[in-house]
This record gives sequence, C-alpha cells and structure tokens, in this order.
Amino acid sequence: MNFQLTEEHEMIRQAARDYAQRELIKDVIERDETATYPTQHVKALSELGFMGMLVDPKYDGGGMDTISYVLAMEEISKVDASVSVIMSVNNSLVCYGIEKYGTEEQKEKFLKPLARGEKIGAFLLSEPEAGSDATSQRTTAEDKGDYYLLNGTKNWITNGYTAGTYLVIAQTHPEKRHKGINAFIVDRHAEGISVGPHENKMGMRSSDTHSVMFTDVKVPKENRIGEDGFGFKFAMKTLEGGRIGIAAQALGLASGALERSIQYAKERKAFGTEIANHQAIAFKLSDMAVKVENARNLVLKAAWLKDQGMEYGTTSAMAKQYAADIAMEVTTEAVQIHGGYGYVKEYHVERLMREAKLTQIYEGTSEIQKIVISRSLLKD
Amino acid sequence: MKILVCISNVPDTTTRIKLAGDKKSVETNGVQWIINPWDELALTRAMELSEQNAGSIQSISVVSVGDASVEPTLRKALAVGANEAIRVNLVPADSYSVAVQLAEVVKQENPDLVLLGIESSDFNSSGVGAMLAELLGFASASSVSSLELSSSGLTIKREVEGGTEQLECPLPAILSVQKGIALEPRIPAMRGIMMARSKPLKVVEPVAVEPLSEWIELELPEAKSACKMIPEDNAKELIRLLHEEAKVI
Repeated sequence: MNFQLTEEHEMIRQAARDYAQRELIKDVIERDETATYPTQHVKALSELGFMGMLVDPKYDGGGMDTISYVLAMEEISKVDASVSVIMSVNNSLVCYGIEKYGTEEQKEKFLKPLARGEKIGAFLLSEPEAGSDATSQRTTAEDKGDYYLLNGTKNWITNGYTAGTYLVIAQTHPEKRHKGINAFIVDRHAEGISVGPHENKMGMRSSDTHSVMFTDVKVPKENRIGEDGFGFKFAMKTLEGGRIGIAAQALGLASGALERSIQYAKERKAFGTEIANHQAIAFKLSDMAVKVENARNLVLKAAWLKDQGMEYGTTSAMAKQYAADIAMEVTTEAVQIHGGYGYVKEYHVERLMREAKLTQIYEGTSEIQKIVISRSLLKD
Repeated sequence: MKILVCISNVPDTTTRIKLAGDKKSVETNGVQWIINPWDELALTRAMELSEQNAGSIQSISVVSVGDASVEPTLRKALAVGANEAIRVNLVPADSYSVAVQLAEVVKQENPDLVLLGIESSDFNSSGVGAMLAELLGFASASSVSSLELSSSGLTIKREVEGGTEQLECPLPAILSVQKGIALEPRIPAMRGIMMARSKPLKVVEPVAVEPLSEWIELELPEAKSACKMIPEDNAKELIRLLHEEAKVI
C-alpha cells in the first residue's frame, strides 16, 4: 500500500490547480449566468494537453495515467464543473472509446484531432425515451450496403453544438434488441444533422447541452466501431471509464466547497468569534471532510484499478454514486455555513450546489449505479 | 547563447509559516514548495527569448542549491521547458554560501547569461545576484524589468528612483530580474511533463564554503489586527480612528 502521489502526479495536480485558480475563476460566474461556452478555456486546456491527457502520445495525447486524470478533474471541478464536463466527455468517453475499440484508421483520422483538442467529441447515447434504459434505442442505423443511414433524435448531449466528432449509438437490428445496437463515429457537420436549442439548465450552464436530430444521415461503413452488434457493449464498457471522470468531478465540487467553507469559517465572525470556533460549524466541517476524504479514496482506487488493468467497473460505480451523493450533501452544507452569503453568486458555493445535482443524474444516475453495484454483489 | 537560471525552492506564498523548535529555522512539515516567483519570471523570460529569437539560444539550464527535496521544483522547471537541471547537494546556510556554489556551477557550465529573481520570497536577502557577479567578475544589473537580445549583448531596462533607465550590457552577464520582465509564469503542459521524465537532472557535490553569517533567532511578525469597515459617508469616524487609534495622523 502506498498513498503517496508521485512527483509527476503532484505536478499535474498543481498544473490543473494553477489553471483553475488563475484563469477559470476570472469569468466562471459570468459564464454561468449567461450560459456562455468556455471557448478560450477549452483552447488553452487543449494546448496544455488536458483534453486528450489519457491518449497514447503516438496518437498525439498526453500519455498520462488515470490517477493523473482524476487529480486534474478534481482541481478543475473545484472551480468550474462546466469546463470539467467538457474535458471528461472528450477524454474518458470519446477518446477512450475510439482508442480502446477503434481501428488504426479510425485512430489516425478521428482520435488525433480529438487528443490535440482541435476537435471536441460528444457521446450520443441518451434519447427522449431512453436514458437509464439504454437498451431501448429508437435511433436507427439502417445497413445500406456500403454505408449506414442514421435516423432519430438524441437528447441531453454535452458538447452537442460545439463538438466536431460524434460517437453515436443506434439500433441496426431491432429484432436482436441490445445485441443489434452499433456505435458510429459521425462528423458533426454531416448532411442531415440538426442541433436543437441550448438547454436552459440549473447548473453546468457554461457547457452546451443540446438535442441532436438525424435525418437520413449517411455514415460510411468504416466508421462503425467493432463488429456488427458491438454498440451496446461498447457503450457500457466506455461508460465504466466515464464514471471515473464524473466521480472525480463530483469529488472536486465537494472538495472545492469544503475549501471555501474552511476559509469562510476562519474569517467570518459571529457572537464575538470566528464561526469556525463554534462547534456547530466545526462539526459540519469535520463531517464534510470525512465524506470528501472517503470519496477521494474511492475515486483514486477506481483509477488505480483501471491503470493496473484490473476489473474496475463495480468500484467506478461505487465511486460515482458515493462522490455524487456526498457532493450534493457537502455543497448544501457549504451554502449553510456561508449563510446569506452562500445564497448569492459571488461566493460560488450556490453554483457548486446546483452543479453537484447533475452528478447524481448524468452518466448513470445514482440509482443505476446501485443496480450495477448490487448486481455484482449478487451474481453467482 | 547559453542561459542559466538560478532557482530557489521556497514555501508556497500562501503557506502559514511556523518556526521550528530551535527558532533558527522554519517548520517544513506540510509545506507546499514552489519555484521562487521571481526566479519563475526569470525562467519564463528565458523561454520567451528562446522562442522570439529562434536559433540564437542553444540551451536553458536551471540550477538550485539544496538537498533532494528541491528536485520536484527543478523537475517542474524542466517540464516548463528548461533543457537540463543541476542540483548542488548542499543545504545552504546563507546567501554567500549559495553564491559560492552557483559560481562554481557557472565556471563549469560557461553560460553567457545568468538570470535570477531579484530576491527569494522566503528570506528576501536580495544578496545572491550581486555576490555571484562579484565572485565571477561578470557584468551585472539588478531590478531588471525588461530584457532583449542586442547585437552587442543585451538591452535592459531597470527600475530606478522616479523612472526607468535603459542600458546596454555586454556578455557574460548576471541579471537579477523583477516583475514586468515576463508575462505570466507558464503552466507546464502534459507534453512538457512527459518530456521532463527523460531530461537530465544532475547532482553535483558542493565546494567547501564557510558561511559569512549565522541565524541567531527568527521571530514571526505580529499578527495583523482585524480590519474595521467604515461606511463611506462617515469620513469623520475614519479620521477619528486614524488619529486616536492608529495614531498615524
């Protein structure tokens, strides 16, 4: 056992922290209010290599391990979860999916620009009537010989408008149910794709979430990932890794709220002393710190298992469910500690609380994670 | 041209400083270490010069005097873009000890230009730059806030009372730099961090040196008193407090 981060891990954590505390903090409140996409930040983070940090350097990535990735995700998320969700989708869903399961040609053509951050990716699984129940895909990919014809609608798509490359999950053989599903790499600007309006969300407002409509969109056959019918398994395996990213994001929201609460409690005075000297507040901080520490250990363990090439699906589900649930609790307590100041935007914690809510919902709700965890406990 | 940037490893500027039991040193347990911010600006300017004058700067080296605990800081300098790092294996006792060790490194490495921060943010002695120049007989300038390469060497600007002066400086030279010399310090990119793994970090043994000064005792400054907020329409109260409590007017 060794809980010590390496020198390099520490350097990556510090690099992410420096960028977040120096740059993201400047306009995070304004971007949240105006729901403005963080174009300049995505460009800067791409240049620093954060958008493709897990990808092998031979495909222009940063070649970092999953531990490095969760450390960076935590630090970015302490300040701006809208930016970290862009980073998470690009790294752990789109780049990972293509790198792990794509052909050499697909990696050359699609993975390299994604790893460099020149293009951003989006993962199109959810539909108006298929969220948690991902087997009920209504979007169809009809086999037309040398190409597929895509028709249908995808919902809640992070990077839906700004992405250059889509990973689309669609049904080719409805009679085979989930075994008939395929995954495709699709050019966002292909003919027949239209993007709905920006969803007016409660939190993560600076990331662009859209519905995407496909009308007779031709997708070359070589853009299918894996064998015919591999799509559902592809989506589930990719989401296993994606969960680590969102778990790290939830952890960052919680630890960011804790950092702000500690600072505030040491400065704010009530009844003649700093509020940190009142046990009611000190015990809240203590409870928050225990939850954050537990979440961090779970997230790092899931990342470590993945880096070791060991089975990590159940642990990543535990990390995602626990970190998301405590993020909601910790950010809510942070608002309480800040009192009236916590309820106004300048102090950040109300935004962290709004953003924490989404981590319990997307990339597998907390309830879905419990299904994953309990099934692994109960299987023979 | 070869540039050598001298780096001091200092506690993060937000660290709450505690004195060690002997009252002659600082408690290092739990301290986050960083590149001295002024040295970081020197390194940033070296990188900028290298990019702006393609081909004219062959290498940028960094050097620090300290035990193995300074290596993460040197490794960060490599990740930011320095080509090689040197650590002189000595925990220095004073500015003079540092200057003597750095002078030896300069003699070995033969840089054309040595850059360092105007001071280190831990002991703030501002002594090393001038001592190093004296030991080596190099041209030197302090408080440099602008640095460009010129046909005869360097064009520099430095802060003086009431304004700035512009100087031409021959090489080899030692400059201590301050704010304004470079844009913001750089954040290392993933590629830089990866490349830093294979860049050389060599450790050299120190030469014998007798410190010229000795720490007798350190003490912490008095805690700042609480800030009093006075409503903007109550200038009278402000004047009363400045007069009667702060006793500054």
